[in-house]
Amino acid sequence: MKQAMNFRDPHRVNRLIKCIQAKAAPVAERLGRPLQIMEVCGGHTHAIVNTGLNQLLPSSIELIHGPGCPVCVLPTHAIDQAVALAEYSNHILVSFGDPLRVPGSQHSLLDAKAKGAQINTIYSPLDALKLAKSYPNKTIVFFAIGFDTTIPSTACTLQMALQQGISNFRVLCHHICLIPVLMTLLKQQEIQLDGFLGPGHVSMVIGVQAYKPIVQKYHKPLVIAGFEPVDILHALYKLVQQFSTQKYAVQNAYSHVVSATGNQPAQQAINEVFISGVDAKWRGLGLVPISGLSIRPQYRSLDATLLLEKKYCTKQESDPTYCKKVLTGSLKPQHCPWFGNKCTPHHPQSGLMVSSEGACAAFYSSSTKAKQG
Amino acid sequence: MSNDQIITLAHGAGGEVMQQLIDKLFLKAFNDKPLRQKEDQARIPLAELHAKGDRLAFTTDSYVVSPLFFPGGDIGKLAVCGTLNDLAVGGAQPLYLSAGFIIEEGLSLTLLEEIVYSMAKTAKEQGVSIITGDTKVVERGMADKLFINTTGVGVIPQSIQLSAANARPGDKILVSGFIGDHGATVMLARDNLGLHSDLQSDCAALYPLINQLLLQHTHDIRCIRDVTRGGIGGVLSEIAQASNITIELDEVALPVRSQTRGICELLGLDPLFLANEGLAVFVVDHQHAETVLQLMQQHPLGQHAQIVGEVTAFSINHLHLKTRYGARRIVNVPYGLQLPRIC
Repeated sequence: MKQAMNFRDPHRVNRLIKCIQAKAAPVAERLGRPLQIMEVCGGHTHAIVNTGLNQLLPSSIELIHGPGCPVCVLPTHAIDQAVALAEYSNHILVSFGDPLRVPGSQHSLLDAKAKGAQINTIYSPLDALKLAKSYPNKTIVFFAIGFDTTIPSTACTLQMALQQGISNFRVLCHHICLIPVLMTLLKQQEIQLDGFLGPGHVSMVIGVQAYKPIVQKYHKPLVIAGFEPVDILHALYKLVQQFSTQKYAVQNAYSHVVSATGNQPAQQAINEVFISGVDAKWRGLGLVPISGLSIRPQYRSLDATLLLEKKYCTKQESDPTYCKKVLTGSLKPQHCPWFGNKCTPHHPQSGLMVSSEGACAAFYSSSTKAKQG
Repeated sequence: MSNDQIITLAHGAGGEVMQQLIDKLFLKAFNDKPLRQKEDQARIPLAELHAKGDRLAFTTDSYVVSPLFFPGGDIGKLAVCGTLNDLAVGGAQPLYLSAGFIIEEGLSLTLLEEIVYSMAKTAKEQGVSIITGDTKVVERGMADKLFINTTGVGVIPQSIQLSAANARPGDKILVSGFIGDHGATVMLARDNLGLHSDLQSDCAALYPLINQLLLQHTHDIRCIRDVTRGGIGGVLSEIAQASNITIELDEVALPVRSQTRGICELLGLDPLFLANEGLAVFVVDHQHAETVLQLMQQHPLGQHAQIVGEVTAFSINHLHLKTRYGARRIVNVPYGLQLPRIC
């Protein structure tokens, strides 16, 4: 905690804001508009709103909350599958806490739990494995979601389950990868982003080099940031410096955690267990090419989708069109016609309003207008 | 009673086994005259109540905490302190309690004894009598080991007029200690996090502190609320709504133990909405806030008290937080339980 407090020091925060202001003003003047910077990661969104950094930044910088909140982009059919598995007799579905309130086409996991489905909240997939050992007569299904950050722990858990011959353990895999969605975002015509604050935890796994194609192909700068205010501002300063010199590159402002090539054993575990490059559906964004993973044939006996009836595997769905605009940065949460009325944290229409990392829920928390509305 | 005995459905069936449980455990532990008389109701002389004030305070609460024992307390102590605190924050002197037990069959009798004696000890320390009660035993799976309901009766002296609707612009917000201790402790005690700390629940009866403050500052203290499930955020939102005002908290002034902060950051929870069981918030006239604070800090129950915010405007029922960087954000009460974040 003491070390973390150094990265929260108000004096350092103020000094960095002044430095950013000095560098960003001439750039914004040259562009004739504020710089549009997307913080990709939901953890950054949460930190920025919670500390109020968005209010302290100069008007020459506009932060766009990105799609990097795994709970927010969970597609409806993923929730439907999890609910169906939880409702099977003799099954226990185990999940991280925050997917429980995401609406499915009929209901959320919390609703299903209230109606009698067996759903346990866990903090690590290893807890799911422990549960499988404790209840050998029940099937334990782990609802595996999250970006590159949480994929290694699912991979290792699957490896352990196979090694230890735990036959009553299954994984419902809805993991997704971040780089493909950044590429997809940048391909869109209407998007007007100048650069990215890169995610800290994802980068810890995939490494700095993984982002190079983004800069090479789209000439947008990306700076990897940690999650404390000083980390975030330091990264923003590096971004603004790049705009100032108009030389764009991937930079690492979280070098105490992130390395050039990332976590090699984690990457090996992922490759051993999963086939990457599978198309995946994201709530709000639709089908994102090569952003998903599937479980390799040698782990197929642990794949929970085999337990599902066919209707749960092919379901088509339509998302509110506003969510896509918010996720791509072309609509601000507060300008969505549903914001604060049809869609609130109490009655979310999508994951964006569920997780405190979601763009809409984060903005709702910080907005006085939201509550009055 | 021997150590390996367990509670069975017979203990709640109204027969001899139930009588034994009542006589050998509840009557012995609580040892109060009205209880020993075994009437269907406790009888409280009105004259005795009337001598203490002009209003009866009456409150009830049910306790379902799991695990039953946690660092700093147990469900029995909690069931007494919680209801006594609900009386005390209205300015009432707590006098009597009822105790209703819903027990899942199979509960160890030794555990039940420990809990009942913990209740008796806590009530005795507070000069409160447990004068009526009830026992039900339900089949295994119909309850989680033990639920306790307590109802409390107290009397409010004539001079005291506390209300959540009394807060006015300029008033200061004081808390009597660290926020979130109970919530963080119970989370760790559930033992599925794999974390260890020296945190203890703050579970305590607050009447001694409240009484001392009210004796000297009867009219300077506008409102007192005990902080329980919804945390300080929940309580202050209620006050803001009841008084139609905005409360602004100062993040830097909030007393949060570093262990609690660490757990919250790890799980993505907000300490403002973590439970306490021996903490109160006070809305105090700004001219007397410092004096009340000093008095509070001299009391063992208020050593870590702080002024954490103030009432800033009329006619908007919001809770704001001024962050350590000077930004302001709205604090919204969560819809239900706080859910741990994934990353």
